[in-house]
Amino acid sequence: MAFDKMELRDIEVWDGNFAAAQALRQCQIDVVAAYPITPSTPIVEGYAKFLADGYVEGEFVMVESEHAAMSGCIGAAAAGGRVATATSSQGFALMVETLYQASGMRLPIVLNVVNRALAAPLNVNGDHSDMYLGRDSGWIQLDAYNPQEAYDLNFIAFKVAEDHDVRLPCMVHQDGFMTSHTAQGVKTLTDDQGYGFVGEFQPMNDMLDLDHPVTHGVQTEEDWHFEHKARQHRDLMLNVTPKIQAAFDAFEKLSGRKYNMVEKYEMEDADVAVVCMGTSVETAREVALEMRKEGIKAGVVGIRVYRPFPFMEIADALKNVKAIGALDRSSPNGAAGMLFNELAGALFNTDTKALLSGYVYGLGGRDLTKAHLRDLYKELQSNVDAGKVTTQLQQFIGVRGPKLAFL
Amino acid sequence: MSEMKKIKNLKEFSTSADRFEGANLLCPGCAHSIIVREVLNATNDDLILSASTGCLEVCTAVYPYTSWDASWIHIGFENGSTAVAGAESMYKALKTKGRLKQPDRKPKFVSFAGDGASYDIGFQWISGCMERGHTMMHVVLDNEVYANTGGQRSSSTPIGSSATTSPAGRKSYGEKKNKKDMVSIMASHGIPYAAQVSPNKWKDMVKKIQHGLSVEGPSFINAISACTTEWKFDPKDTMAITDLATDSLVFPLYEIIDGHELNITYRPKNIVPVEEYLAAQGRFKHLFKDEYKYLIKEWQERVDAKWAQLQRREEARV
Repeated sequence: MAFDKMELRDIEVWDGNFAAAQALRQCQIDVVAAYPITPSTPIVEGYAKFLADGYVEGEFVMVESEHAAMSGCIGAAAAGGRVATATSSQGFALMVETLYQASGMRLPIVLNVVNRALAAPLNVNGDHSDMYLGRDSGWIQLDAYNPQEAYDLNFIAFKVAEDHDVRLPCMVHQDGFMTSHTAQGVKTLTDDQGYGFVGEFQPMNDMLDLDHPVTHGVQTEEDWHFEHKARQHRDLMLNVTPKIQAAFDAFEKLSGRKYNMVEKYEMEDADVAVVCMGTSVETAREVALEMRKEGIKAGVVGIRVYRPFPFMEIADALKNVKAIGALDRSSPNGAAGMLFNELAGALFNTDTKALLSGYVYGLGGRDLTKAHLRDLYKELQSNVDAGKVTTQLQQFIGVRGPKLAFL
Repeated sequence: MSEMKKIKNLKEFSTSADRFEGANLLCPGCAHSIIVREVLNATNDDLILSASTGCLEVCTAVYPYTSWDASWIHIGFENGSTAVAGAESMYKALKTKGRLKQPDRKPKFVSFAGDGASYDIGFQWISGCMERGHTMMHVVLDNEVYANTGGQRSSSTPIGSSATTSPAGRKSYGEKKNKKDMVSIMASHGIPYAAQVSPNKWKDMVKKIQHGLSVEGPSFINAISACTTEWKFDPKDTMAITDLATDSLVFPLYEIIDGHELNITYRPKNIVPVEEYLAAQGRFKHLFKDEYKYLIKEWQERVDAKWAQLQRREEARV
């Protein structure tokens, strides 16, 4: 090895960006093609510094746009090696065309997405608009709620994406600023543990195997396109979840840290549950405990694996609750909200009688306060008491002006 | 060390092993396949190739078939150059890390794209690849039109050409803008090698391809590709039209080394009037109406001026 290992303390104080950069270093990426954008920039800056200091080997290609970043990642991945990058918001939006190309070509690229609002109006802060934009792109999507998880889930991402039975790219999401720029204690793996977990990259259909030329990115029309897309969906629905579970199990064995498709908190006997993603999960957990002291049996379900969406695990987690609040941190722009819709889809045709209502919150980095969540839990409880949804189905919380509610 | 072919004659060249198969869906008379074969046949080295979306791509990799006997990738319309740049980066990374499967072989990286995918939508990606200094070659198959989508104008479409989005009509002579000077723009990146090539001058072309493939860093090749469908000529006349393009100096052949050293590589013994080149193609037919004949005169003046400029640059070595 022509690079140096890094001695880490058992617990380092890292923000989400640096935690992700450290995970990339330990996974020993072969090619990073990247372009800067707030708030994900420090991930690739961190990686560039590791390279400059001799802690990693490989190629860091500073391209001229996010579209080119993913294009370069696709070319590098097809050539045969470990590939990663990071982006946010507008950069993610610019990448969208290539996201579909990467997944359709079955290339195991890892993309750290530091979630941020989409313009207009321009906004650099965290919400889930970009994450939602990627939801039909054929990628696996994992969601971190804090820097520790941003670190851990990168190892999971490579492990799953590069599995020869999967061969799909994977995003690791974290909330812009609230996770990416908030330093917390992060329990580390040693360099040997981290690299040992993901293992040496095993190429497949690699262009650089000069004795076995391959053609990547063919044309298929009505005769074959549907079969390719259907197979990709089938693999997401059937193959990926067991592989993620296996990776979670192996990671728990290595680190003691346990991950699940959905993260249940105080759900054993919960009457009312909030379902949300990102940093809001942690806020909701605190509030749930407070509500329990006041006699409301509150629980939280956090989505860990956003794609493939864990329909069965969601339905199971929510089977006994009486009221559910689906929290969407993205403007639904004329619809009910992504999480609301997915939950409705997961619960319909089940035995649940739970009342489902949707909340839109936190756009452009607007705080979701504990007070908001207290009111929300109380509202869910009053729905339970009344035996029906007492409000309109969709409400905006934390927005100025007259109360906004629809449906 | 790069292994370049020593080719004595056209017969030997045309019968050498193909890594681009004749089994493809390109139009009869399309110059794309001629150019691609000439590029690939110029070297015995391993090749990692890309094509941007366009005629070449849709006609050579229709699942479950491929015309390519070398590793090949297509991503999208604009990013074929960056696909190859990514592969070249992976090659360098794996070389450093000692993980190449055939460490003794040094593949060449070549991206093919049409003028739409190079002059227009892929312009930024190519510029990025040239600026970053990847050891790769970008080859433009310049047929001066969006042929794959049915003949819309690109920024390579010359003045007076009738394209479907700049059609000649009762009150229009067709395309109003002059062709973008892509070779100069790319040479201005300071890249080691940029050149214009034409498939009829195959020895000149092979020499330039070999030069481009032998340098460390990027090379840029602009190849004129006569389009029987959109230029509107008989498929058997592809080479005749191409001869008219080079011999009228509408498409001069030259190279620019290190961004400044310009060499003209072909001087026609008998310069053909531009009018003959225009008259041979349906896309310029309307220019021969009385009211547009001044445009033919302007065409000739523009070609003369460009030729004079190239000669001045060659003499001045700047």
